[in-house]
Amino acid sequence: MELIETFFNWDILIRSFPILMRGLGNTIMLGVASILLGTFCGLLLCLVRLYAPRPIQLLAIGYIDIFRALPILVLLILIYYALPFIGIRLNSFVSALWALSMVLAAFTAEVCRAGIQNVPAGQFEAAATLGMPFWMSMRKIILPQAIKVIIPPLTSNSIAVFKDTALASVVAMPDLLKQAQDTQALMANPTPLIGAAIIYLVLLWPLVRIVGYLEGRNQRLYAR
Amino acid sequence: MTSAHPHKIDFNGVPAVSMTGINKWYGAYQALRDIDIHVSYGERIVLCGPSGSGKSTLIRTINQLETHVSGTLIVNGIELTPGMKKLDEVRQDVGMVFQHFNLFPHLTILENCTVSPISVRKVPKREAEDRAMHYLERVKIAEHANKYPFQLSGGQQQRAAISRSLCMKPKIMLFDEPTSALDPEMVREVLDTMIGLADEGMTMVVVTHEMGFAREVADRVIFMDQGQIKEVAPPEAFFASPQEPRARAFLNQIMH
Ligand SMILES: Nc1ncnc2c1ncn2[C@@H]1O[C@H](COP(=O)(O)OP(=O)(O)OP(=O)(O)O)[C@@H](O)[C@H]1O
Ligand SMILES: [Mg+2]
Repeated sequence: MELIETFFNWDILIRSFPILMRGLGNTIMLGVASILLGTFCGLLLCLVRLYAPRPIQLLAIGYIDIFRALPILVLLILIYYALPFIGIRLNSFVSALWALSMVLAAFTAEVCRAGIQNVPAGQFEAAATLGMPFWMSMRKIILPQAIKVIIPPLTSNSIAVFKDTALASVVAMPDLLKQAQDTQALMANPTPLIGAAIIYLVLLWPLVRIVGYLEGRNQRLYAR
Repeated sequence: MTSAHPHKIDFNGVPAVSMTGINKWYGAYQALRDIDIHVSYGERIVLCGPSGSGKSTLIRTINQLETHVSGTLIVNGIELTPGMKKLDEVRQDVGMVFQHFNLFPHLTILENCTVSPISVRKVPKREAEDRAMHYLERVKIAEHANKYPFQLSGGQQQRAAISRSLCMKPKIMLFDEPTSALDPEMVREVLDTMIGLADEGMTMVVVTHEMGFAREVADRVIFMDQGQIKEVAPPEAFFASPQEPRARAFLNQIMH
């Protein structure tokens, strides 16, 4: 009973709820912005990686390697605490947006590459033979076929990035986790943290299920 | 179309395809050696030869799916050079039919036939669909227009692929072994479609081992071996008395 009083204090939960909601708003904004930006840049990066002239391809490969290896937290701290030394001062939201989408772009590029390379060469040839210019064949023929393979890992990566928005609390962005921590300190009770954890779960669990479903469906498609 | 030969084009003797001294290497391996071919509009060429002799490489050079290293290639009066800008425009007028059909699996048969006319040729959607239905009727699969490729038999898919090409109203049609991935009972329907096209005066370059087809429609048979053209002859002469020993051996092999 005392345990519930401590970790799941209904009164404190109700009182901290509006604050958590404000944090959740920031978390969702950061998450959605990072996912959109990261995915879009990732697709561009992938096309550069596959089709640009060789030297530019190498740059893309370098970028992808580095940002897949670098921990997001390290990148975030670099952006937030190191860049000011060269006069670039970004607020915590923008810093986190950069860090998350730069890393997501690198992962997305690899996922898209696998998807595009999974489309048989004959499809590229058929499109070319019908006189389609490169971008048109990408848009009308190749990407619509690649997307089926791309979607599950893309969603999976997006979930990961969404979870990593919590890192933004390290650079004092008032996201869900930070708000919960502050409220915990204020009210001297861990319930807000539990509340935050539950909110993360409720938000992401359906997405996790969807990925599972999509992967299963793809496997069934290929089994034919 | 009123003319008996709706595809017949005459450009005062300008050839549809003209290859002069074409060479091609894959790494150190020379796949095409000094190829000279001149195809007139309305002419039907059958390319044959043993496996690995360079037939696919040659026909794919015509629309630059493979680029040549040296020599001169002129298609529809335009010289093609590797990396050229207007390649897409030249390809619009050169249809190609592949061994494995290469239909777009995410589009219906009708959409397969309209996607390029609409987006490349800027034909209005309704008109493109009417045109597609016209060609689908001609290859006798109009009733499958709204199905997806995987719902059709191989023969039907190949006929759909032919009509997809025709919807671009090409001046030249290239066929790379269009029947060799088909079950025997479906070969006939595809060949009949091609014969119909030949009867209408379409300029055709066909890689095939169907010698009956060659006999029936070819103006010239070209025999290739080891990346070279070894013999060029009208089908009667080629089948009756091939001059090259390699051609004789090849004919013996595929006739039995
Ligand atoms: N992309 C490639 N890279 C390297 N070598 C190739 C490539 N494509 C073809 N070749 C080689 O070039 C030669 C000619 O190949 P090609 O496909 O033109 O022959 P083909 O006459 O069409 O044979 P088939 O009847 O088997 O289709 C073959 O020896 C083949 O191994
Ligand atoms: Mg071949």
